[in-house]
Amino acid sequence: MKILVPLVAVMALATAAYFGAGSFGGQYLFGVIAPYAAIMLFIPGIVYRVVNWAKSPVPFRIPVTCGQQRSLPWIKHSKLDNPAGTAGVVGRMALEVLLFRSLFRQTKAEIHQGPPFRVVQGSDKYLWLGALVFHWSLLVICIRHCRFFIEPVPNLVLAVQSLDGLFQVRLPPVLITDVLILGALVYLWARRLINAQVRYISLAADHFPLLLLLGIAGTGLFMRHFDKVDLIAAKQLTRGLVGFAPVVPEGVAPVFFMHIFLVCVLVAYFPISKLTHMGGIFFSPTRNLANNSRAKRHINPWNYPVKVHTYEEYEDEFRDLMKAADMPVEKE
Amino acid sequence: MSGKELKPEDLVQIELSPPAGDWMNPRVGFRKGTWNYAAVPDTLAYLGLPNAGKWQPSDAEWPLPDNWQEIIHNGMKERLEKYRSFKVFMDICVRCGACADKCHFYIGSGDPKNMPVLRAELLRSIYRHDFTASGKILGKIAGGRPLTREVIKEWFYYFFQCTECRRCSVFCPYGIDTAEITMIGRELLSLLGLGIEWVCTPLANCYRTGNHLGIPPHAFKDSLEFAVDELEEITGVRVHAPINKKGAKILFVAPSADYYASPHYFTLLGYLALFHELGLDYTWSSYASEGGNFGLFHSHEMMKRLNAKIYAEAKRLGVRWILGGECGHMWRVLHQYMDTMNGPADFLNVPVSPITGTRFENAASTKMVHISEFTADLIRHGKLNLDPKRNEHWVATYHDSCNTARAMGLLEEPRYIIRHVANNFHEMPENTIREQTFCCGSGAGLGTDENMEMRLRGGLPRANAVRYVQEKFGVNVLLCMCAIDKAALTPLMEYWVPDVTVAGVHELVGNALVMKGEKARTTDLRGTPMKGCDGAAREKAQDV
Repeated sequence: MKILVPLVAVMALATAAYFGAGSFGGQYLFGVIAPYAAIMLFIPGIVYRVVNWAKSPVPFRIPVTCGQQRSLPWIKHSKLDNPAGTAGVVGRMALEVLLFRSLFRQTKAEIHQGPPFRVVQGSDKYLWLGALVFHWSLLVICIRHCRFFIEPVPNLVLAVQSLDGLFQVRLPPVLITDVLILGALVYLWARRLINAQVRYISLAADHFPLLLLLGIAGTGLFMRHFDKVDLIAAKQLTRGLVGFAPVVPEGVAPVFFMHIFLVCVLVAYFPISKLTHMGGIFFSPTRNLANNSRAKRHINPWNYPVKVHTYEEYEDEFRDLMKAADMPVEKE
Repeated sequence: MSGKELKPEDLVQIELSPPAGDWMNPRVGFRKGTWNYAAVPDTLAYLGLPNAGKWQPSDAEWPLPDNWQEIIHNGMKERLEKYRSFKVFMDICVRCGACADKCHFYIGSGDPKNMPVLRAELLRSIYRHDFTASGKILGKIAGGRPLTREVIKEWFYYFFQCTECRRCSVFCPYGIDTAEITMIGRELLSLLGLGIEWVCTPLANCYRTGNHLGIPPHAFKDSLEFAVDELEEITGVRVHAPINKKGAKILFVAPSADYYASPHYFTLLGYLALFHELGLDYTWSSYASEGGNFGLFHSHEMMKRLNAKIYAEAKRLGVRWILGGECGHMWRVLHQYMDTMNGPADFLNVPVSPITGTRFENAASTKMVHISEFTADLIRHGKLNLDPKRNEHWVATYHDSCNTARAMGLLEEPRYIIRHVANNFHEMPENTIREQTFCCGSGAGLGTDENMEMRLRGGLPRANAVRYVQEKFGVNVLLCMCAIDKAALTPLMEYWVPDVTVAGVHELVGNALVMKGEKARTTDLRGTPMKGCDGAAREKAQDV
């Protein structure tokens, strides 16, 4: 169920777009209405999420420290894994967001019955590599796609595009990130299916975005290299969307509508799903706080008085015993 | 001890590959040896906490209040609004599985719900079902499930099978911290009156007598005096252990096990010898006679209620700053919560070592210094006369306590001390120490006899790393700086790695410390003969 439902859902969405593209109404629905609807769900959805997280305070300073604290001046402080101030936190977050620092620590626990019996924590960088390749490829692909939306195309976008096609294989050149993202997605999904632990914990909501992304990457590649889509017409459509003057030009192949519709689904699904980890990482109190809670007082906005057992109450109960034991007391 | 009947060779038959089927169907078998007894109603009543009356987790029917679902729902809502950690951690997990095999309980038991991700999903599934639109509409497909009595049982079983050690969080790409989730989960359970005896009885004791063990002031004094006598017997030096002394410069707070349990006790002897040798103007307190804080294992509110005593007592006694002993969770509370909860400590001074003049800027606000920071500074300034040969009979390794490692980053200070008081020191494999240290398996209030099987399982990764250095380097002592460790690692070593003893860092400091006016030392603080150390000292003297 957890695998079948998202698989069927993605196939149904793609099929709907494919057949819908056969009529003008369908083209308008999948090429114009869907993108606007997706953006209208995405922006308020993300804003709601972020505002909602921000609304809950951070009562305690609870960084998870992954290195030596700053204590005595002659002990080497681990500035990035256990930051003591804002600069360190920015560095730690940058490492986390850009290079997936924590995933890089990844190990794999194995039990070797032996003899000798061993519990082994071997290094295991595949998840880190797969995740990093996927996310960076996605970023490059998003930047590349700006050429469909911005006129004139910014130099950065052109540079990224040409760098991505560096190997000059085939014409149009096979883009490195296209290959990488496909490989990474296949790995990430295969891992969910094959690794027994990950299969066990995976929900439909974990398979769905991966399959959606596979569909998007697959249709994108297909358009570029096999059933080549009329780029001029496609750009007319995308630029029309950006300029709020939507047009549905003739001669755009159905696969384009599949591609754009799956993207729309992803974008609309984003704010209500785990994909919000993109924003959430910045709000994670175990990573974005400096470990300086003894040096600088952290304020809890809802700190409230609690019932305590005072010294007076304590001495009242034990005074006689304390006096008998020759211990100092406040009241004789 | 129920664990004794279990043979190690049976216990290690662990399958890390989860079974077929769906975890979402709540199913808990309360197998003997894997859970803790329920809290006694009287202790909860004493603390003014709701209680479920007399019951045990093994009962088929749990006595929940009529509106239990409403209580949980409101409790979750309140905590989502109060803790960003909780809200964010409910939303952003992608179930990548990085945490799955990082939990010592999972490695030791193979129970898939001990994968940190699933432990959190037990709560997250209810969150999605009750608090998110997708979960309300799509239900199970969106990963939601309804709150049932069985879910409550599952929470109880697995939230009291987490030691809040934070190892999973080190590996999580978003820093999701199961300790936060377990803490909230336990708070929710306590709203229904569901708690465990080993957490709640120490709470009530500590509230009343000032320490978890329930030791009244005169007995506290007795045990310190007994230690003073014993230290005199070993060293020939009569030290003084002042209690409730107004006007002392430093208040010293240690976990209560240090003066009432073994092998903690030898660390206490180490403290006493050290403070005497320094001529430190300090005092113990009978009212704040507990550094540890089992409130951390119950609820934020209980943590604050117990912790309040430390500052209150520092104020009453008029000390300048506070020094804290060897403990793990105690330091999580002191380092990450105390100042926020019960500060500001503006009646205290920024801690300055009276011996070296070092100003502890890292404790400028909380005004509480860890003893290993204090001692490392002394050694660095050459203020201690140490003879590491007196620890020649020990081949040591060091176990980082979870809390001082991952909620503080106190990694080098103890190692610096160990290297100066002992000649034989070997690290365990790198993925089992420092920020990746493995829990003793008994933290967060789980150190009971009835829970012994689970403790032995949870402690297996740690024990196996000790075994490795025992075989490789002949390690015979496992050093640590945590009261729970000292209590828990001892049976753990007995079971998995016999012949390895557990000791505190300041016990070895006490052994190595050459005291003015001491007699020729023939035994260490345990009373066991020291391997040729005084021979060496004598030779040295003759050379001169």
